[in-house]
Amino acid sequence: MSKTARDDILAAVRERQPASRELPQVPDFHRAGDDLVHRFSAALALLDGKSVSQPPADLQQWLTESFPDATRICSTVPEVRGTVTTGEFTDWAAPADLDVTVVRTPLGVAETGSILVTEKELDVNTIAVLPQHLVVLLDPADLVENIHDAYGHPSFQEAAYAVLLSGPSGSADIGGRTVHPAQGVSTLTVILSPRT
Amino acid sequence: MVPCYIDMFYPQVGVATLELLEKLGVEVDYPFDQTCCGQPMANSGAFKQAKATEELFVRNFAGYEHIVAPSGSCVHHIRNKFTAAEDTPERRHVSSHVWDLPEFLCDVLKVREFPWAEFANAVALHVSCSAIRGLYEQSMSERPNDPWFSKPRSLLEKVRGVSIVDYDRHDECCGFGGTFAVTEEAVSAAIGNDKLERIGATGARYIVSPDMSCLMHLQGCAHRNREDLHFLHLAQVLNGGAA
Amino acid sequence: MSVKPIDQARNALAFLEDRPHEHAFDRLIWGLRERRDAAAREVPEWEELRDLASRIKEHTLSNLAHYLELFEARARRNGVHVHWARDAPEHNQIVHDILTEHGVAQLVKSKSMLTEECDTRPFLERRGIQVIETDLGERIQQLDDQPPSHIVMPAAQKTPQDVADLFHRVYGSDRDRADPVYLAHVMREHTRPLILEAAAGMTGANFAVAQTGAVVTVTNEGNADLSGNVPRLRICSVGIEKMVPGVEHLAVFIRLLTRSATGERITQYTSHFAAPRVRGEMHIVLVDNGRSQRLGDERFWYSLKCIRCGACINTCPVYRRSGGLSYGSTYMGPIGIIMMPTFDIRRYGELPFSSTINGSCSNVCPVQINIHEQIYQWREVMAARGEMSETKKVAMKVADEVLSHPRTYRVATEVGEAALKVLPHFAIYNRLNAWGRHRDVPRPAAETFHQWYARNRMGAR
Repeated sequence: MSKTARDDILAAVRERQPASRELPQVPDFHRAGDDLVHRFSAALALLDGKSVSQPPADLQQWLTESFPDATRICSTVPEVRGTVTTGEFTDWAAPADLDVTVVRTPLGVAETGSILVTEKELDVNTIAVLPQHLVVLLDPADLVENIHDAYGHPSFQEAAYAVLLSGPSGSADIGGRTVHPAQGVSTLTVILSPRT
Repeated sequence: MVPCYIDMFYPQVGVATLELLEKLGVEVDYPFDQTCCGQPMANSGAFKQAKATEELFVRNFAGYEHIVAPSGSCVHHIRNKFTAAEDTPERRHVSSHVWDLPEFLCDVLKVREFPWAEFANAVALHVSCSAIRGLYEQSMSERPNDPWFSKPRSLLEKVRGVSIVDYDRHDECCGFGGTFAVTEEAVSAAIGNDKLERIGATGARYIVSPDMSCLMHLQGCAHRNREDLHFLHLAQVLNGGAA
Repeated sequence: MSVKPIDQARNALAFLEDRPHEHAFDRLIWGLRERRDAAAREVPEWEELRDLASRIKEHTLSNLAHYLELFEARARRNGVHVHWARDAPEHNQIVHDILTEHGVAQLVKSKSMLTEECDTRPFLERRGIQVIETDLGERIQQLDDQPPSHIVMPAAQKTPQDVADLFHRVYGSDRDRADPVYLAHVMREHTRPLILEAAAGMTGANFAVAQTGAVVTVTNEGNADLSGNVPRLRICSVGIEKMVPGVEHLAVFIRLLTRSATGERITQYTSHFAAPRVRGEMHIVLVDNGRSQRLGDERFWYSLKCIRCGACINTCPVYRRSGGLSYGSTYMGPIGIIMMPTFDIRRYGELPFSSTINGSCSNVCPVQINIHEQIYQWREVMAARGEMSETKKVAMKVADEVLSHPRTYRVATEVGEAALKVLPHFAIYNRLNAWGRHRDVPRPAAETFHQWYARNRMGAR
């Protein structure tokens, strides 16, 4: 049945699609201006994401101070020791009881304040969405200017799952006012921290 | 060209347009057999029924160098949507030589002053959607990166004593929409009332527009609400003696 | 079989009667338009992006068969099961079959206009599958048994108090707390456990990238990421017009979509799903449902460029004063007016008249669909098909006869009140007295311009 549907649809499309039109080149739209870290932090703040532009000397300590009540912490970065590892999650709903996840992003986007994570950084994809808090380490060297640059990153060609995160989970569906969280994380903090 | 509804309901707008053009030294003729441009039918989808009226329009106006009307929506129809009529060189001439009054004053006559005109009042200017998004007489709020310009406003600014007020959502539709005003009268009136409320908030008591059809609708709303507002076509103010 | 056309104007009356609601709605939706303007203003290349987006869509749609095959091949290589559905029933059946094969009784869903279009939820529910919408607005509408009233903000017609009342009724929460923070919390409490337990997840797609086989979802809440990652089984329904060639083209749309929709630069979650999760299974259903038919329509295929941002809806003065439900259709506002008749020309035959054709919609559209021109063209189609009321038909006939004959016209306009019966803008409908219901009727002048001219100028020659 679905084989026939496929042929029917493709035949119908082929028969009816208008005469071919040219595919335009997309420019990179770079513009001069202030530094990328500043632009990134300002953009991230627009969607209520927090940024820490001076990396704390001791990340472990910073984490304890920032989330004093956190007991279940999952870290995929060497800078921070967690209490849980992703290997423990056979059920991908299990990260729901995580307090904090700490990951490193391979890419930040100044225009939109976005950071990228994929299954490579996460291992278990849901550790980015289900915890209460998400902390992301970003090397300023991994910042690009805009979304056009961002899509040049190889992850968008290779990853099974790639998400650009630009703020904590929110919804403006009631009365038009954005509130946090909706179904995902309550806070998103990006720490500008060079790779060690 | 004097639109049908101006002929019947607002002859003073036709007179003001004629006198203004005469003052500016234009040789004006009024083709006596004119009726309507066909827009009301075409706007309702009734292209078949618009054909004879559009073709009559072409016969009446094909012989003129310029066709000027004090109504953006009629001009928009004749220039951009005159497709019910047979496609002839005459029709194309008519479509490419028709001007809304503000365009004719700004772009053809390049008028710099109206020394006879004085209007010492606060005025809210309403420019119709046809004039903005059909004829590009004014930059539109939908394209915020375009440089600001407004032909009707630049003309009104040349009138001595006038002070133009700014109001919220200035280029939102007034709710008239031709036959829409009748087919969906409640929504139409609600949109009109909202606009009047925003204009009313400025304290201005005069509403001026280059399009009388919007004003006909807004005036109807205002009178029903017993609001003390006055409605004038731009031609009346530019011609002087409107107050 | 006679289908009754949707009477949007009449449906709008009930909405308008509740002025406080209507005003709140207008302010909320106009606020989106204002934020969209501000967002566009800070991007100097905004108009260039719109032009690019339009051209990329036109290229893709004019080579759609090629891109569909490319996408399918790549998705299969990524380990995804690809299905094809000619229409809504076929789509629903495919989804149902997949769920049945896996013994799924509970499905979590993230917002998808395509599944609204296909009535997928009622189809599955009738067959004993519990469907849980996870988007807050969509869930509110589901609980209230209403379709979305806006394609981006499904519950936009409800005030916070309406939602507080609804949640009180359904969940027993505090009716007096009409606070969005509290209400969102109530929803999370009740929905999150269902997400964690669900055996399957379903999402739509904002884009499908032919080059990589990825489907892309854009959400604020992250619920597509949950529906797509938590359960092992994941189904994604994609309209065939959602294709974009490659990620460099996707970039253009990502920059435009959210800015056009809400004025934000991007949503919190822009998610790309190219392959099933570990130990998971991913199905993509490519759905035609009238799209290939529309593609062959010289005038109306451009509506297939739509990226569902809702900007045309937000700017529409008619939509804001009549509410989304008045259209009685999946897609509402200007884009709904030009799309719905392609689904059912009789049922949606009067929608093209629910517009002032002011042109704002076309100018906010991020992919430059000539929406208002299409509304105008649809009117022509409807009139030619005779989809007009009898009153209107008579009126048009009279107008034709009178307006094309100068002498008849003059007689008609110069005998005072008789004029009201003839002049088309308003007067031809005057017997319905519609103009005068909320407005005063203009009075014919004592002397027409025509008579004035004859008296004052003709003699002088």
